[in-house]
Amino acid sequence: MTDVASRVPASLAVDLGGLRLPTPVLAASGCFNAGREMSQLVDLKRIGGIVTKSVTLHPRKGLTVPRMAETPAGMLNAIGLQNAGVDQFLSHEAAWIEQAGVPVLVSIAGTSVEEYSRVTVMVRDIPGVVGIEANISCPNVDRRGEVFACFPDQAAEVVGAMSRLTRLPVFAKLTADVTNIVEVAEACIRAGAHGLSLINTVLGMAIDTETFRPRLGAVTGGLSGPAIRPIAVRCVYQVASALPGVPIMGVGGVASAEDAIQLMLAGASAVQVGTANFYQPDATVVIADGIAEFLGRKGLSRPADLVGKGGVRGVDAQSADRRG
Amino acid sequence: MIRRSCEVLSLRQTGAYWSVTLVAPEIAEEARPGQFVEIAVPRGREFLLRRPFSIHQASRRGGWAGTIEIVLDVVGPGTRWVSELTSHDMVDVIGPLGRPFQLPRGAVPSLLIGGGYGAAPLHFLAEELRRRGKPVNMIVGARDHERVFKPVEGKRLSDLIVVTTEDASMGERGRVTDVLADVLERTRSRVVYACGPNAMLRAVAEHCRTVKVPCQVAVEELMACGLGVCWTCAVPLVARDGKGWWNVRACVEGPVFNGSRIWWERWLGGARPSPAEDEPEAAEPPIAKEILRR
Repeated sequence: MTDVASRVPASLAVDLGGLRLPTPVLAASGCFNAGREMSQLVDLKRIGGIVTKSVTLHPRKGLTVPRMAETPAGMLNAIGLQNAGVDQFLSHEAAWIEQAGVPVLVSIAGTSVEEYSRVTVMVRDIPGVVGIEANISCPNVDRRGEVFACFPDQAAEVVGAMSRLTRLPVFAKLTADVTNIVEVAEACIRAGAHGLSLINTVLGMAIDTETFRPRLGAVTGGLSGPAIRPIAVRCVYQVASALPGVPIMGVGGVASAEDAIQLMLAGASAVQVGTANFYQPDATVVIADGIAEFLGRKGLSRPADLVGKGGVRGVDAQSADRRG
Repeated sequence: MIRRSCEVLSLRQTGAYWSVTLVAPEIAEEARPGQFVEIAVPRGREFLLRRPFSIHQASRRGGWAGTIEIVLDVVGPGTRWVSELTSHDMVDVIGPLGRPFQLPRGAVPSLLIGGGYGAAPLHFLAEELRRRGKPVNMIVGARDHERVFKPVEGKRLSDLIVVTTEDASMGERGRVTDVLADVLERTRSRVVYACGPNAMLRAVAEHCRTVKVPCQVAVEELMACGLGVCWTCAVPLVARDGKGWWNVRACVEGPVFNGSRIWWERWLGGARPSPAEDEPEAAEPPIAKEILRR
């Protein structure tokens, strides 16, 4: 009998261009708060990291209910970035983050370059914060023009301003709801982003056929869950192929180790788990354990051995895209 | 909150509803009336999210014997799956969740108002109140007699019970709110507890506000997680001084709220107060503790 334990890698640690994380499996923004509630159900010290719920300069009350509609293999949400604002984040969450014993990336959202910049300055020195995620792609905002990630020049302006204000690595979180995600990704990296989080929820809609009304109070919302995973895998693959060496966190419908491994094979150095936390609070830990088991089974020594190994030889990402 | 794999002890039909008893000693030990559990739907299904169920009974017999009982109406694929469980099946349960009903000080009489299977958690509450020597009265209503939740059990638990059905198939014809003023006066109840459809809770809360009787309501709002992290189950609460409001989570700050603090018009629709009060963003960051003080 083979000793399985001896084949399991000693460490699941990953290095995203200098940002070292204990495992490649993080909790995604908006699905974990800052970890306080979930700490009752999952050992935070076994998580790769937590990306906080997005913080804005001013308090936001969010959108009217219903804010959620369950759909096949996923869910739509329209929360509207409800949060108590950065002042309360500092007074209520900073001390928690410092003692949580888990790397934390603060997700920042806003409606102007100035808002993103001011919040960056206010959170950059919180002990325990190892990075920043620029949420420039939340679909649940008042105007489509506020989705900075739909426009390469605007995305670059926001991410560039944030990157100049902190030594922390800034990850730009992008949306798949664009014609060419590679163009937006390139603009962000040129502007100074350390890495990319791909992807945010996909704009969707569901209608109640009994009442003839949209199922969300805000009419449209962001689709998440396994339903969007192939879109995330495609985006990671396209961007990783075009921008080799840029650290990418794959996000979108990760519910199992196999899902995470797909994203890593597509080119992600780490993954974030979102919707799965809602029904399986320890999903991040279970998935990390599954990756360790997988590496052992394949005789690989570390998660980095998987990154970007899933491409089709001889076919680049752009032409793969065009094959439709 | 505790997450456990729990064995289904029994499942039976009660009128139009299903009642499921789960072996869950630790959850039963902690559970208080008004709290709920989240049950995971098995993997490999089209639908992913846990389903919330309020706790109908918690039997704290200690050891392995402690059980909780939930009641459900089959309204979709998740509740249908639960209704098809059989004895000895194992289910993944998280609970108890949320803030419970607050019991009154002193031996003052209470009026418990249940609409449909909303009466289920009120039975748990009635037992706790009686155990402490506090008189219990009830109004239980539904569309028809099949949907009046355990009226015989309700009668055993209360000094006075009034049943209403919309089709007059049991008790008085009408809705719980049709008899509310009369029963409240007759029983001299000093506190009202209500659970049922949100429109019913609103009518009960508005009446209680008029007659200045404190009223606690257990609300229902769509939840993705039930754990406090998804922010889908938002209920608008007005600050105690009436200035400003904030969306709070039914799963953590609720599901039990002081009925007079819910901004019903904003939550369920209807005429809005002045636009000045309806500012989309707060000038001051809300202090959750202040918003929540009952």
